[in-house]
This record gives sequence, C-alpha cells and structure tokens, in this order.
Amino acid sequence: MIGIVDHRMGNLLSVFNAFEYLGADVQLCSDPRDLEDAEKIVLPGVGAFPDCMKNLKRLGFQETLNRLVLEEKRPVLGICLGMQVMADWGEEGGEHRGLGWIPGRVVRIKPDDSALKVPHVGWNDVHYSSKSPFFQGLPQGPEFYFVHSFHMECTDPAHVDAWCDYGGKVTAAVRRENIFATQFHPEKSQDYGLKIIENFLA
Amino acid sequence: MLKKRLIPKLQMRAARFGTTKRMVLVTTVGFGQSTEIGDPVSQAKIYQAQAADELIFLDLDASREHRDTLTDIIAKAAEEIFMPITVGGGVRTLEDCRRLLNHGADKVSINTAAVEDSDLINMGSDMFGAQCIVVSIDYRKTPDGAYEVWTRGGKINTKLDPVAWAVEAQKRGAGEILLTSINQDGTRRGLDLELTAKVVGALDIPVITSGGCGLASHFVDGFLVGKAHAVSAGTYFCFKDENPMQTRSRISNAGIPIRLHT
Repeated sequence: MIGIVDHRMGNLLSVFNAFEYLGADVQLCSDPRDLEDAEKIVLPGVGAFPDCMKNLKRLGFQETLNRLVLEEKRPVLGICLGMQVMADWGEEGGEHRGLGWIPGRVVRIKPDDSALKVPHVGWNDVHYSSKSPFFQGLPQGPEFYFVHSFHMECTDPAHVDAWCDYGGKVTAAVRRENIFATQFHPEKSQDYGLKIIENFLA
Repeated sequence: MLKKRLIPKLQMRAARFGTTKRMVLVTTVGFGQSTEIGDPVSQAKIYQAQAADELIFLDLDASREHRDTLTDIIAKAAEEIFMPITVGGGVRTLEDCRRLLNHGADKVSINTAAVEDSDLINMGSDMFGAQCIVVSIDYRKTPDGAYEVWTRGGKINTKLDPVAWAVEAQKRGAGEILLTSINQDGTRRGLDLELTAKVVGALDIPVITSGGCGLASHFVDGFLVGKAHAVSAGTYFCFKDENPMQTRSRISNAGIPIRLHT
C-alpha cells in the first residue's frame, strides 16, 4: 500500500487520483497509525511552511515519519511543500525548523531578472542528474508544472537531483538515499509527471 | 525557462436529456448564439492527449440549480486529467471556491461576484492562496474605442475600465487575470491585442487573453504583440481542423518558448 500523508495541507485529491490512475493501491492516511502498513509514503502539501510543520507535529506525524523514513528507510516522495519541510530550516513567515531529512534551508526565490515574478508559476524545463532513478525514461529538459515562492538550498549539492532556471538556479528535486522529493507537481505535469510517479512506484 | 501557455476553454450549458439535465460543451458568438458540441469530459481528455498546458471549464448558465452537476463534471475530469484545471461560472462565495477546489479544481475563476462583492477576491486569496484565484474580466469595446467591463455573462454594463479593474483585482489578491473580448468571442477574427497589451503592461501577475482566435497566427500575436502569458480559446479548438499540438508548433516556430510534447 502507498500511504499519502493527509496532514490537512491542501487538496490531496489530484495526488490520490494520479496514483490510482497508475493502478497503485493507494490510501489517504489521516492518522499516523495508518502509515504503518505503507510500503511507500507520499508527503504532499500546499500552503505555508510553518502551518505544515505545525500540523505534522500536532497530528503526530513527525515522530512516525522520522521512524519510518530515517530508521526503517521506507521510500518517501515529497511534493512541493512536502519537499520543503524535509529541509533543516525554512524562512517562510519567520525562522522555522523543518524535518531535517535533507541538510539545507528553504529560502525565497530571488530571480536576477526583475521581469520574472514570484511566485514561479507554470511549466518550466528541468535539468536532472543522469544517475537519478526517478527521471529514467524521460527526454532531456522535460517540462513540469511549478507553483511556489520558496525553494530549497541544499548544503550538499549532491542532494540536488534536478534544477530549473528562473533567473538563476531553482532546486526542482532532491534525493538522498530513500528520500526523493520534487518542487514541481508531478500530478499536474501530464505524462512526464506520471512517469516520475511510475518510477517511484517501481 | 518558463513557457508560454495554451489553454483550451471548455464552455458548458445545462441541456435537457429526457427527464435529466446534463452539462454539454458549447461555443458562443459574442456571448449570444450557442452551439452544442458534445461532452466536456471527453473533450478534456482529447485536449490532454494533445498536450494542452491547462484547461478552463466555464459554466455559462452559472445558476445555483446545477451547481452539483458542475462539481460532478470537475470531479470526473480530475480522475483522468493531470494538468492544472480552472473552473468558473457562478462562483459567488468562499464556499463555492472551497467546493470546487475540493473536487479537483486547482484555481477558481470569479467574474460577476468579483465586481459585485470584491472582498471575495481578498478573502479567497487569503484562504486558498493567490495562485488559486483567477479574476475573469469580460469586456466590450464601444464604437468610440473605449473599453467597458460587462458582467452577468455580458448582460450588465458596469462601466468599469478593464485596465483599472484588473489593477484593483491584482491589489486585492488575484493571482491571475483572464480577459475575454465579447466583441471578438467566437468570431475567429483575432484577439483584442490593444486591450491585452494595456492590461499586461499595467500588471505584475500573469494575464490570460481570450476571445477571437481563428488562426495559429492569432495566438502568436497574442504572445508577441499582446505580451500575454497565456492564450485561451474555445471555438478555435472545437470547430477547426486544428489542435493544441499543431498550434504550438506554429507558436514555437515564431520563437516563443512553449511546450512541444506531453
């Protein structure tokens, strides 16, 4: 079973639909105990960093996720805000501690071209590491759908699995052992996005 | 590099089938005379196969009575459509926004209610995020060349200036503006580039322009002359032997950054 963390941060229907479309046995987990049976975990999220961390703590997800992901090494896919909270720190709405799974900070995007607005919204082409198992089967420079104002700056560049250009390099995906996460929305990125999910399921 | 967007618009009306009502896809001319085309969800799936960047679903009747029919269609589309979906038509309250977002819409488009109860823009933007709130502006050009915003499906002249109204909507928290020229709607004579460029020049947020596309070159003009971030069309994709895939090659050939594949 694939468990989607339902931490009351935005609409999870599209993520659920994408997994179901690909034939996965997927379940929304609104209680941390539901995650115990999940072979793989999805951490989505739309909204603000501090709210997301607050909900993960309040609903008891943080402890369970730390155990399942860091100790038991279950594969996890973070999406958008779900990726950002994996960092050590976030600076959205003040200084807030994240889950600390990927060394780094989540900072506001600062395009060096004033014509480029924040949020970064729309389809952008992504440059990925050829070693990444998650981008296997995709052509060079595939486009994915982004909606965000902040992005993760990794302490160790080796954790950056993909980036895109938006008046400078923006982190598009991170990878560390059993942890993989995308800033873009695979569930809104048509065939390329579904391919990422398929690779995560494989 | 961020791409320009091509957005098919699916306009719907309730039609009676025996004792039941269901939503059918229609096209209009000048917001009047409408022609039935078929099933909106089937058409949406075709657009997905043709690599549209996003979809806009609009309920032209915007009535309370088939609110649930619209929600059902969005939920059905969201099961198989994996791209951003904007839904509009009769969105009047925060509850309307929430219901559509919970059933698979990524953004809601607010038109009449944005003018009549402008705080809805602020409240929706605060509650769901600016990226979820699209303010839709329908406008007519007067014989002396002025522009006026019309609401209630083109029936009420608000006398508002579309540029000033777009600036106000942005200030209130709109994440995007959808412009539709009532004069050009369904005519296939081309977009209103003059008004599009004026609105784009006055705003920081993305502008989708629509109304009048009949040739691939009209899209190119919308991007190059109108400076729009996205061009939306209904009639163009419904009737012509054209599809988003062919159109985007033409756009790409004009040197405009756009996705070429699904």
